[in-house]
Parts: sequence; C-alpha cells; structure tokens
Amino acid sequence: MSDEHAEHVVPPGVYAIIILSLLTLTLLTVAAAFVNMGRFNIVAALGIATLKATLVVLFFMHAKYVPKRTKLVIVAGIFWLALLLFMTMSDYISRVDYRGVRFPMTQNITFSVEQNV
Amino acid sequence: MHRTGALFGQFKTLEQQKDTATLGMWIFLVTEVMFFGGIMLAYTINRHIYFHAFAMGSNTLSLTAGTCNTLVLLASSFTMAMGVWSAQTSRKKWVTIFLTLTIVLGFVFFSIKYLEYSQKFHHHLVPGRNFNISYCVDNPSACPDIDAADMAKEREELKAAFAADPDLNAHAQLYYSAYFGMTGLHALHMVIGAGLLFWLLKESFSGRFDAEWNTPVDMVGLYWHFVDIVWIYLFPLLYLIDRHK
Amino acid sequence: MNTQGTAPGPKFPEKNYLNATYGMRSWLLTTDHKRIALLYLASVTFFFFVGGFFAMMIRLHLLTPNGLMLTADQYNRMFTMHGVVMIFFFLIPSIPAILGNFLIPLMIGAKDLAFPKINLLSWYIYIVGGCFTLWALASGGVDTGWTFYTPLSTVYSNSAVAPAVMGVFITGFSSILTGLNFLVTIHTMRAPGMTWFRLPLFVWAHYATSIVMILGTPVVAITLALAAMERIFGLGFFNPAMGGDPILFQHLFWFYSHPAVYIMILPAMGVISELIPTFARKKLFGYHFVAAASLSIAVIGFLVWTHHMFLTGQATYAAVAFSFLTFLVAIPSAVKVFNWTATLFGGSISFDTPMLYAFGFLGLFLVGGLTGLFLGCLGTDINIHDTYFVVAHFHYIMVGGAVMGYLGGLHFWWPKMTGRMYPEWLARIAAFTLFIGFNFTFFPQFLLGIMGMPRRYHVYPPEFQVYNVMSTAGASILAIGYLLPMIYLTWAAFYGKVAGENPWPATGLEWKTQSPPLTENFEVTPVVTWEAYDFHNRPDLGLDVPGGHGSRIVAPAHGDD
Repeated sequence: MSDEHAEHVVPPGVYAIIILSLLTLTLLTVAAAFVNMGRFNIVAALGIATLKATLVVLFFMHAKYVPKRTKLVIVAGIFWLALLLFMTMSDYISRVDYRGVRFPMTQNITFSVEQNV
Repeated sequence: MHRTGALFGQFKTLEQQKDTATLGMWIFLVTEVMFFGGIMLAYTINRHIYFHAFAMGSNTLSLTAGTCNTLVLLASSFTMAMGVWSAQTSRKKWVTIFLTLTIVLGFVFFSIKYLEYSQKFHHHLVPGRNFNISYCVDNPSACPDIDAADMAKEREELKAAFAADPDLNAHAQLYYSAYFGMTGLHALHMVIGAGLLFWLLKESFSGRFDAEWNTPVDMVGLYWHFVDIVWIYLFPLLYLIDRHK
Repeated sequence: MNTQGTAPGPKFPEKNYLNATYGMRSWLLTTDHKRIALLYLASVTFFFFVGGFFAMMIRLHLLTPNGLMLTADQYNRMFTMHGVVMIFFFLIPSIPAILGNFLIPLMIGAKDLAFPKINLLSWYIYIVGGCFTLWALASGGVDTGWTFYTPLSTVYSNSAVAPAVMGVFITGFSSILTGLNFLVTIHTMRAPGMTWFRLPLFVWAHYATSIVMILGTPVVAITLALAAMERIFGLGFFNPAMGGDPILFQHLFWFYSHPAVYIMILPAMGVISELIPTFARKKLFGYHFVAAASLSIAVIGFLVWTHHMFLTGQATYAAVAFSFLTFLVAIPSAVKVFNWTATLFGGSISFDTPMLYAFGFLGLFLVGGLTGLFLGCLGTDINIHDTYFVVAHFHYIMVGGAVMGYLGGLHFWWPKMTGRMYPEWLARIAAFTLFIGFNFTFFPQFLLGIMGMPRRYHVYPPEFQVYNVMSTAGASILAIGYLLPMIYLTWAAFYGKVAGENPWPATGLEWKTQSPPLTENFEVTPVVTWEAYDFHNRPDLGLDVPGGHGSRIVAPAHGDD
C-alpha cells in the first residue's frame, strides 16, 4: 500500500499549461453566456465548469497521481452528490396535479408573514 | 503519543503518516462536497421553478466583478500549487513567496466580494423585510452606481420579468437567498483557508517545509483548491443566468 | 473449562491506561482513544438521562385520555426534546464514540486512531453542541418535533428553535470527524497480517457506519444551517410565502435522517456479530455475506429517504420507486439475521449477560424490521403513518435493537475497559427486567397505532387508555432495567472481580492484551496469522482442541461463574 504512493512532484510547466487553460475556459464561459442557446446555455456553462474543475482536481490536487483508493473516494463523493440531486429531482419532475399540470408550476402566493425568531 | 521529529507516535513510518493525512483530507473534502451539494439542490430546484426571478436576479450582479473574482481565485490556485511544488523541492524561500501571493490574491477576492455585498445592501436586495427588486429602478437617485443605459436595460428586464411572473418580488428573494447563502458559505470557507495559509506562512518563515516533510502545505493546498472548485461552479450558476437577453 | 474457581486468579495490571497519568488535565487533554471513549461514556450517559426524563414526562402525561399534567404546547416540547436528545446525543454517538473509539485500534492492532487530536476535538465539539441544546432547553425547549419541519420551525414557532438547530448542527461535526477517523484508521493502521477479511465484523460495521456519517451528516448540516438562516435572517427556501417549498426541507432533512438510523443500528449489529460467535463458541456463519450486508445497508440506506414523506405531498411515481427501494434495504438486514441464527445452530451456547442482550436483539430487531415493511408499503402506510405504529416500530429497532446492542457490548467489553467483571446474576436479572419492561412499553403501541391513535397528540380517545396505561407501566419497569446496569457497572469498575486478559475467552485481538490495556495498547505490535472467530485453532488463547481442526468440541464460554 505505501509503495504506490511515492511522492510525485508535478513540474511547474504542467501547472502553467493548466492555469492558462483555466483562464481561457473562464473567458470562454463568459462569452458563451452571451450566445442564445436556449436550454443548452446551462449545459454549456456546467460543462465548461466541470472541465475546469476536472483540471484542478487532476493536476493541482494531484488526483492523477494518487493511488486507486483515493480515486475511489473522489468518485464516490461525486456520485453521492449526483444521487442527492437526481433522486430529489425525480420527485419534482414527476409531480402532476389532478388537472394534469406538469412541473414547473407557477403559483401566485401573496400573503405576508410575521417573522418569529 | 510521543513525536520523534516529524513522525507522530501512532504511525510507523513517514510514508504511512503522509498516506493517512492525504486520505483523511480527501474524505473531509467529500463531506464538503455533500455540504455544498445541499444548497446546490435548493438552488437547482428553485431556479427551475422560478426561472424568471433567477434570471432577473442574476442580471443585477456585476459580471466584471464575478469574472475578476474567478480569475483571481484560479490564479491563487496556481500560486498555491507552486507553493506545494516549492516545498516538495525544498525551495524554502519560494514557499514563503508563493504562500504570500496566495494570501494576497485571496484578499483581492475578499475586497471585490465586499464591494459586491455592500452594493446589494444599498440596493435593498437582501432577503428579508425591506427587499425590493424594483428599488433601484424606482429610485434611480438612490443607486448612483448604475449608469443611465444600464438603468434603462434593467427597467425593461424588470417589466418583462414581472409580466412573466407577477409575484417576482417574492420569488426573487429565493435567488438572493441562494446568492448570499452560497457565496456566504464559500466566503466563510475562504476565511478559514486564509487562516490556515497565515499559519503555514508563519511556519514557512522557520523553514519547516522541505522535501522530507511538507504535508501541511499539501493538505492546505487540497483544501484551497476545493474552495476554488466551489467558486468555479458558483460563478456560472449565479452570474451567468440568461445573460444573452 | 472453568479453572478460575481453584487458582488464585489473575492480577490487576500495575500499569495501564487508567493510571498512566493523573489529574483533570490528563483526562481533558488526553489523546488516548480509550480515555476519550470514557469521556464519551460519561457525557452520553448524561444525555441519556436527559432524554429519559422527557420520555418519563410523555408517558406520565399519557396516563389519562385528557392528559395528566401538561398543556398541548408543553407536551409538544416534551416529545421534541426527547427525540432531539435521544437521537443526536445518545443513539448516534453511543456505540461508535464509546465502544468504537475504545476497541477499533485494539481490534486492528494499532497504537491509536489515525488522528488522536481530532478524536479529542470530536468530543469537545459534541460537548459544545450539547451545551447549545441545553441552552435551548433552558429557554423552554422546542415544540416542532425532532424533525424541525418548516415553516413551523423557521417561521411560526415561538420556541427556541435557533439554539436547538445550532446544537444539532455543531454535534454533526463530531459525528463527521469520528467517521473520518475510523475510515482512515481502518484503511491505513492495520497491524501486519490483519487483512480486510480477518477483521472482526465489529470493525466492518463501523466502517460501513463511517461511510454513512461522512456522506450523510453534511447534508443535514447544510439543511439545518439553511433553516437557521431562514429563521434568523429571512432567507426563503422553505417558506411558501416566498415561493419556497417545505417539501424541499423534508427531502434535505431525510436524505440524512434516514441513513442516520443506519448509523444507529449498524454498530449494534457489529456488536451482535461479536457476541454470538463468542457465546455459541462457533465461527460466524457467512462472514463475507455479513460484511457485504453491512456495506449494502450503508449504500442502499441512502436510496430510501422519501418513505418518511409518502403522505406529505411528493409525486406518486417517486413514491413508488422509493417504496420498492425500501423493501430492497430490508434484504441485507435479513441476511444478517439469518447468518446470526445459523451461527447458533450446532454451537455450544451459554447464556452470559451479553448473550442475553444478543438474543433480545435478535427477537426485537426482527419485529421492528418486519413492521418497517408495513410502513414501507404505500397502501398500508396511508393508515398507519403518523400513528403509534410508527413510534413502536422505531423504538423496537432503536431500543430493542440498538440499545440492546449497546448494553450487550458494554457488558462484554467492560472487563477489557475496566479490568474487572460485573456481577453476573444481577446483570442477568437486569437484562430480563429490561426485556420485559421494553415489551410492555412498546408492544401496546403497535396495537394503538393500528387502532388509529395518532402520534404527537397530547390527548387521545378514552378507549385507548388501557393500552396507554400498560405502556407507561412497562416504561417504569424499563427504567429499572436501565438503572440497574448503570449502578452495578459503576460499582464493578472499582470493586468487581479482576477479569484478566481474556475472561470469556474470545478470539479478537483486543483480548490478547492486558485488561485494562496499556496506553499504547500492545507492548509489541502483533502479527496476525489467524482468521476471525476461529475457536478451534487458537492455541495462544487455550482454544486448541485435542480433536484437531474441524472438531466440534470447544470449551464453553464462561464469565464470572
């Protein structure tokens, strides 16, 4: 177990390429926000964000060079987040009220509320 | 448990100690993923249901400030990674330099954030009793930092948003709840990170980190990169909703 | 064979973790996992009394149909505080923080946990969280139910919601850090030869529990943080007046709180997996399946949470999916029960107190688990949701299961922790008292639930009185069953018969060192060459049988005969 984890020193050259990529991707995501892609704007935005996050995780956080066990921990964390998001969404997107109105619903709620701390 | 040099008593080798610390930090980061995940869920559902309110809210945010902050944080991740590299290659002077740069960039982020937050307070955009999404549009003199062209654009957007969602003022508070909740939690984590960096800086003055022992720098680095990743997601989610209008 | 009657008996070790250093500071600033376990024992027992007090108030009040002595508002506060204290300050920490902390390094052959200082920090965080809860108590308590449903908790309640929620939030971090410590320790600190499949199942159970703690607790942390912010600052995620959704709170809350019940039961199952082989003198049946079942429960347990919300407004399609998953999660639990039972078959069973608790667990957990299926089925749940059927169901699992496991474990490892044996016959009487008291308290509640008595109501129709009185009477007997061990275990720690290294004898690594252990646990790091629960092949423990490997004659277990 301990032999696999010899200290891996990532050269600054790699870091330089990564930071330049990250800065470029940031400008790209801002530019993409001004293009009307309808429903796919959010897909593009999250896609670019995930790409940036992946670069940070793999290279700045050295995840490319860690033992399999650590990689499993990372994947498990992401998977559990997906579980939380998608399984909860499964409730919201399958809501149908008796008139057949589907999600998203728009409700008009206009009463005011007294706050108690 | 007694310590012999860098080795804590419960471990047998420095290798085992480093291995353990790294696994521990990654597991901690997984808990942070789930922690932020909860508020991401709240954001996701509310954005879907109240898209117009979220779009309106997003457009009141300064894109310049947000982009700047993103670039600043990414740069700070770079300087942090370089700090770890310096420690791993026993370049003790450079450890101090890179840690200092990281802290400075962190404070640039805080300053920009502070300016954004105070603007929100002045514009009555904090969820609670005096929240009013139309405050600046109805009282242009109270919001001198918005110029006439932007004010006109905002007035148009507000009209369209109210037409799509008559209860916009109530629902926009959900957007700002997400904004303050998410960026506030992120800022809190950055403050903790800055504290850890100051501690590392102090230790680096005595030249404690080198190729044989640099675990604290490495671990704080992992934490700092994670906080950066949270912002990488917050930026498009909060600042870039429906900007193409 | 019992040879201790004639020989002079073992000597109490001169140097051990209890007398290694003296003074308050050496205890309050300790990093020794064993001392930290005792710190937890003291504070967890304190909160058990606090939660028990509220239980007493509930049962006393429900003696008469119109309520004996509390107003509706006061009654709401009683059941809320009972739930909050018992769940977050007793059940969740109990076995992991006390027995887990004490035993895991010993069981894997390590000197301490991976992060001893973080272990101590865990305890202090627990104490701070406890103080916040006591502050909430002193301010009059909370009336929202331990589930803190919104918008009652965030907007309308006039009770001390904010400090209570902050207390639970803070204590969550104690749980997270303990889980983190256990996961890393089990991965990186095992002694040479202690492979994954030689680990005691107690360790596997805590590994699975730690996974749940790590992945679930942060979600309840953010949920309670958002609820607190909503109450204090007016954020609006859960407030319908701002367009927020109370069901969102319930999703976020139960995403943790369902796995939380597995945090409460998995460690108890781990204890049972240690007790049954020891007192049946037989290898656990299906070791690999039990280990896999622990992990499966941990994982599948995350996929069922909306079964707490079948009647509060979720989509029917989602409800069907979650109901199916709820039935699925029962399977690994059943596998474990079958395997424990199969272990008994052909074994040489003795009825020492820990084994009595194990038997109690088997029967009561079975009832609790099966009644969960009625609740998980959408149709029947409509009738029994929010009735006393639910209350009985979870008490059968939490008390009949988890607390029995906790007490069985405390008794089993008390000689290791203190070096002295508890009085066996008094302990057996206490175990029976507890079992009888428990069933009189909670079985009538199943009947009440089916007859329609709602939970969390301060009054009830007069025709339910006879069962309520029976339940309260049972609760007084149950209380005696709890008090007796507290008294005699404390007595035994100072005046009990010296136990020696391995009084049972059992096969775990923790029994190969003195009782109480040295601060650094082992004089020499052990090298493990044997499989778990091998009662036939352990000459080092006097468990080498003349008939050789495969013979079924093994020396019976003995305690303080």
